[in-house]
Amino acid sequence: MSMPELRSAGTSEVLDETGEAAVSTKIEGRSPWRLAYERLRKDRAAKIALATILVIVLLAILAPVFAKILGHGPNQQFIDIGQNANGGPVPPSGTFWLGTDNNGRDLFVRILYGARISLLVGVLATGISVVLGVLFGLTAGYIGGFVDTVIARFIDVMLSIPFLILAISIAFISGASLWLVIGIIGVLSFTYPARIVRGQVISIKGREFVEAARALGAGPWRIMFVDILPNVMAQVIVYATLLIPLAIVAEASLSFLGVGVPPPTADWGSMINDASGWYQYGYWWFLLFPCLALLITTLAFNIFGDSVRDALDPRGAGIYV
Amino acid sequence: MIRFLLRRVGQSILVLFLSSLVVFGLFFVGPGPSQVARTFAGRLGTAARIAQIKHELHLDQPIYLQYSHWAWNLLHGNFGYDYYKGQSVSAVIAAAAPATISLVIGAAIIWIVYGVFTGVISAVRSRSLMDRALTASALFFFSIPTFVLGLSLIWIFAYKLSPVTTFFPFHGYVSITSDPGAWFQHLILPWFTLALVTAATYTRLTRSSMLEVLGEDYVRTARSKGMSENRLITRHALRAALTPVVTLAGLDIGTSLGGVIIVETLFGVTGLGWTVIQAINVQDEPVILGITILAAAFVVVANLIVDILYAVLDPRVRLY
Amino acid sequence: MATGPVSETDPAPAAAAADGDDVLLRADNLVKYFPIKGTGLFREKEYVHAVDGVSLSIRRGQTFGIVGETGCGKSTLARCVARLYDVTAGRIVFDGRDITKLSQRTMRPLRREIQMIFQDPIGSLNPRRRVGSIIGDPFAIHKLAAGSDRKRRVQELMERVGLNPEHFNRFPAEFSGGQRQRIGVARALAFQPKLIICDEPVSALDVSVQAQVINLLADLQTDFGLTYIFIAHDLSVVRHVSNSIGVMYLGKVTEVAPAEELFTVPRHPYTGALLSAVPVPNPELSDQRQQIILAGDVPSPVAPPSGCRFHPRCPKAAPVCVAEDPPLEPRLGDGPEHPAACHLPMAEGENLADFRPSISAQERVVEVEGSLLPEGAEPEDIADALPARGEGGTP
Repeated sequence: MSMPELRSAGTSEVLDETGEAAVSTKIEGRSPWRLAYERLRKDRAAKIALATILVIVLLAILAPVFAKILGHGPNQQFIDIGQNANGGPVPPSGTFWLGTDNNGRDLFVRILYGARISLLVGVLATGISVVLGVLFGLTAGYIGGFVDTVIARFIDVMLSIPFLILAISIAFISGASLWLVIGIIGVLSFTYPARIVRGQVISIKGREFVEAARALGAGPWRIMFVDILPNVMAQVIVYATLLIPLAIVAEASLSFLGVGVPPPTADWGSMINDASGWYQYGYWWFLLFPCLALLITTLAFNIFGDSVRDALDPRGAGIYV
Repeated sequence: MIRFLLRRVGQSILVLFLSSLVVFGLFFVGPGPSQVARTFAGRLGTAARIAQIKHELHLDQPIYLQYSHWAWNLLHGNFGYDYYKGQSVSAVIAAAAPATISLVIGAAIIWIVYGVFTGVISAVRSRSLMDRALTASALFFFSIPTFVLGLSLIWIFAYKLSPVTTFFPFHGYVSITSDPGAWFQHLILPWFTLALVTAATYTRLTRSSMLEVLGEDYVRTARSKGMSENRLITRHALRAALTPVVTLAGLDIGTSLGGVIIVETLFGVTGLGWTVIQAINVQDEPVILGITILAAAFVVVANLIVDILYAVLDPRVRLY
Repeated sequence: MATGPVSETDPAPAAAAADGDDVLLRADNLVKYFPIKGTGLFREKEYVHAVDGVSLSIRRGQTFGIVGETGCGKSTLARCVARLYDVTAGRIVFDGRDITKLSQRTMRPLRREIQMIFQDPIGSLNPRRRVGSIIGDPFAIHKLAAGSDRKRRVQELMERVGLNPEHFNRFPAEFSGGQRQRIGVARALAFQPKLIICDEPVSALDVSVQAQVINLLADLQTDFGLTYIFIAHDLSVVRHVSNSIGVMYLGKVTEVAPAEELFTVPRHPYTGALLSAVPVPNPELSDQRQQIILAGDVPSPVAPPSGCRFHPRCPKAAPVCVAEDPPLEPRLGDGPEHPAACHLPMAEGENLADFRPSISAQERVVEVEGSLLPEGAEPEDIADALPARGEGGTP
């Protein structure tokens, strides 16, 4: 199928009209993403927050290295030098940089290993939640009708049963483990992105380019994933950055209540739980440092998430709060 | 409008029914029932004794029959009887409810007042030092996990500030009827723990909502007509800006039963959250079921009320 | 179609001289109603009569223009013909084949032969996709080409419509309005369809750019042997691109005529009123004209007037106009290619401003009593014909 010879068809007028005849033709598209990235780069709070996150990630990755250097494993109990005369923790010193816990374990090393758990749960659970949320939200929003009603009721049911009760019960029945925690948090929180995505899809599906795609003969799946999804991704990303700290806190709460990652694995929530029986006797470091670790992590993610939202939605349409 | 109401109420009933199925299914799948029977029978329980207990508790019947027993009783207000002490679950709930109610209402008052107040100030003095400080503190309290805040408050107020430590007992609950003073004292720290974390969202929401309203044309018109700023804010802007806040408050109170679990456990406040955790630890199914379905009902009803209020205020919603 | 730059005086060739005289598209009594959800307890369904009995026939290689005010149903008609909606009643025959009730899946291969160009250059292109990907969509959807082959074809298309092929990776927001319409044209052209429905393709463009796009469409028609349905609300634009023109009012066709004949010998008073509003460059001529200002509001398409729909606003309205809906047939000795739906058509030389309606305001019946469904359509037909729930269709 060959094209007829090229006619002038106003090509020169086109170039004149846009005044771009002199501009290099190798320009890459300046996508909406690119513009958002530019805005993000100028945000100082975002840069500090991102740097903090990267430091935390780095420390988490390097946890075994620190353990090796210090000669203290995360679950290694130093009964002789790690505990005081009453069997309680020892304060920060040259040997134990942040002190020890009630079992004589190096607090610093444990906190680093705890970071691994928190980050892993945060990212993976959010990933599950977002994937499920997008799938359900897209389907419910685009196909509408009965499917939408079923999904909407399903979401309603999930939202009506308190998360903690469900999570604790499941953990009880199946026995707590890291993967169970990730699964529970991920699956139980898909409702939030699902609702957002659904709302977005409903408002997008009436736009003309969706009609144009149907006129071209595109089937519903192609339209959902190729045409609608890219327009929804911005909101999804904002949500993901805000969901990560929520997942981290959820995991810490579950551990605090005793149904998270089982001991002796180092986990901030369970460390805080342990510490809650000791700090009143003056062992402040045992409580303070895990709490600080948790707080700094969630703060960093929240600040970064806020900045991402501002970068993607500078006019402040204020949909997310 | 009536059609909308009927539809919406029907929807709520459906959701509640489905939730009850899920809740029931969850707690009766798994080792729960057999273990319970075994626990009752004690270490010396024979197989026959275990079977007898199972029969008494209806645990040997097919699931759907058990469900219909339970649901039927529920609709008559009978929540069943707990496995261990034989108390009626409704009595357990009635005993625990005042603590939770005190906790939630007290905290709600604090967080709504504080949240809205700071939000308004932030919006009105947008970009000032005050605004930045309030926004930063909102971000801080939004990020801090509830139990971390609770422990910190306990540490500071109950341990460190020596002269006043005894003023903040940090454990237990005293009912208002027996000793109002002690009731209040025991609840201060739990109130603030719950309220500060929740208030952060309200500050942010009120702030953005207020900013939006203050940018509206009719506000500009009123201002140019010479209306004083205070009057403008309180009489006109606030009303419009508060709609999303009221909605959120309704929903938050609806989900509060689940939200207080950590606070109640931490402070030993013997409310419904604390009770359900104890029940889970010993696998006391009727209590777990009773409180969970109550919580679900709360959420569903709160959603319903909020939706209806919205439809009353904004007729477009009724086009559903 | 008139070739060359837009001019005011060239008459377009008569419709009968178009290449081939077989009919590419025929619509028989097309009806499209949209239900309005009942707001009361009583489920009395009301319908918007978007398209209410439209019959057309369009010859190969022709350009058929459709004009009308906003709300007359022309966009709905376009989408019905393109099978983006399911019709409530009536028949569509494309290239000899009845496509009225085909499922979306069966329609898919046919989509390569019927394409659409949309009005809104911003809205009809996905803002988050690159232009090369948008134009390449047809190839991707129907698995016609992939990889570098697809890229090459897309760039050929871009060149063909006057875009720089190097701009392959840009986003729609980086193009001007006229260029975006060219992107839409390129996308529609990818299949080399037989029929392209242009839904107000230049309405959103500046006047200077309109001419360029129209010229482009003209060139493409000659090169590829395309048939166009060209929808617009601006008569002067339609005049120069069409072989024949149909005028629509409130869901019905009021008059069809070869392009120049519509302007020189309009029969329907509505056409007359529209013509009187077309700007004329010559100021003296313009002053001499008397603008016909139509009285009354445009009635709602939910409850159209009885009889002739135009009667509430027609300067020539008479009792027969209230009682009977005039059929679309040739009047006053015209040939078969110039039908009009009017009891009192305009004769040559008549001036509408001289007329006053012979019915009082009270006599104009606005509501239609009884069933609102088209004759012969059972309620089940409507249920079947409404947009399939699986497609997320919107009215």
